[in-house]
Amino acid sequence: MKRQELIVSALDHGTVIDHIPCDRLFEVINLLHLDQMTSKVTIGFNLKSQKMGTKSIIKVADKFFTDEELNQLSVVAPDVTLVIIRDYEVVEKRPVSLPTELRGIVHCDNPKCITNNEPMATLFHVVDKQQGIIRCHYCNHEQDIRKVKLV
Amino acid sequence: MLNRSLVTIADHSREKIEYLIRMAQEFERHPNRLLLQGRIVATLFFEPSTRTRLSFETAANRLGARVIGFADPKVTSGTKGETLKDTIMMVSNYADVIVMRHYLEGAARYASEIAPVPIINAGDGANQHPSQTMLDLYTINQTQGTLDNLNIYMVGDLKYGRTVHSLLMAMRHFNPTFHFIAPDELAMPEPYKQYCRDHNIRYVEHQDFDADVIAGADILYMTRVQRERFTDLMEYERVKDRYLLKLDMLAKARPNMRILHPLPRVNEIEYSIDDDPHAYYFQQARNGLYARQAIICDTLGITLEQIQNDPTIIS
Repeated sequence: MKRQELIVSALDHGTVIDHIPCDRLFEVINLLHLDQMTSKVTIGFNLKSQKMGTKSIIKVADKFFTDEELNQLSVVAPDVTLVIIRDYEVVEKRPVSLPTELRGIVHCDNPKCITNNEPMATLFHVVDKQQGIIRCHYCNHEQDIRKVKLV
Repeated sequence: MLNRSLVTIADHSREKIEYLIRMAQEFERHPNRLLLQGRIVATLFFEPSTRTRLSFETAANRLGARVIGFADPKVTSGTKGETLKDTIMMVSNYADVIVMRHYLEGAARYASEIAPVPIINAGDGANQHPSQTMLDLYTINQTQGTLDNLNIYMVGDLKYGRTVHSLLMAMRHFNPTFHFIAPDELAMPEPYKQYCRDHNIRYVEHQDFDADVIAGADILYMTRVQRERFTDLMEYERVKDRYLLKLDMLAKARPNMRILHPLPRVNEIEYSIDDDPHAYYFQQARNGLYARQAIICDTLGITLEQIQNDPTIIS
């Protein structure tokens, strides 16, 4: 019988980002600036998943992201799983969590907000983690995190 | 350096609000001084607002400061594509404090983060207008002798009216009961009602606006119902006269009740009310001067004690 397995070489050192919704994969790639990476990056798209139907997965060799970088992921893909690998061993497996502040990631959907009219970084405060409500630091406009656009 | 800017009144504690009121009371007693002699106040109005600008400029002038600035953005480099940052950084070289009105929301917050001098927000789009709130609080305290435990009735456009939103948030320290009287299309938005619930502030919503409803009020805060706010003009025609205050509606009003209005008024308060003892909107506007004198001094780091012992008073 043919094994239903991903034909990708195992990672000796690095980070695996699993359970990425397929429609969010390219946003995750942009968010982590994977296009500028010099180490080996493996991307799986439209893979079968028992949990999600289809999913995407990213393996990044020799790279351990900061908590801040990884928590930004929660904006585009709140249900991803992070797997940290050292010497072929899984040393850590955890979900991402929404940080209390989002700087320079999310676009404010208020067209009259100063951030949409000046060359400046946006800043949002997470006001309700459960409901996913974030508030613009500048115009106070609230947004649903599931509907945000990235800058 | 401590940033002494005033961007929103929502951050102010009860103590800070009471402190600014005491300062404004000193200025009501003696508005003319040379306390700010040698200082320069810039008033940058990226959006015209004659009333607010005159009030701030009078406040600065009566304290002996000099005023620079512009009243009309068409004369500035903004029309040449200059960013807000560049304008603010340039003016910061000249002035000790910047009073700014901007059509974009969050403009004052951003300016306060980049400017080396304090910023006073004189209105940023639909967002905040803290000096208006400060003068409203001053007037409520002046007419009622307290800010605590009052029945505040808000009438008219409660959806877009930023003055009612700011006042609502600033009153949270004082155990108010709010009454919201507005057409459905302009009702108090849900986030502000949620804010009331989160802070244990009682509120009642009314459809009717008549003598019986007004009978319970300590403060009747009127706002303008603007035609352009309606998506359905038939609806506007239907409700526009329902939220007009007429003299006979004051028949059952409490003796201490005062009618406030941020002005300009169009027709929402009948002119015959102007001479009624309940009318207080013109005195309210004058209080803007004292409230803004207090705000300018506070942002410049001048204390209540200095104002109380001020040797520069011009009698």
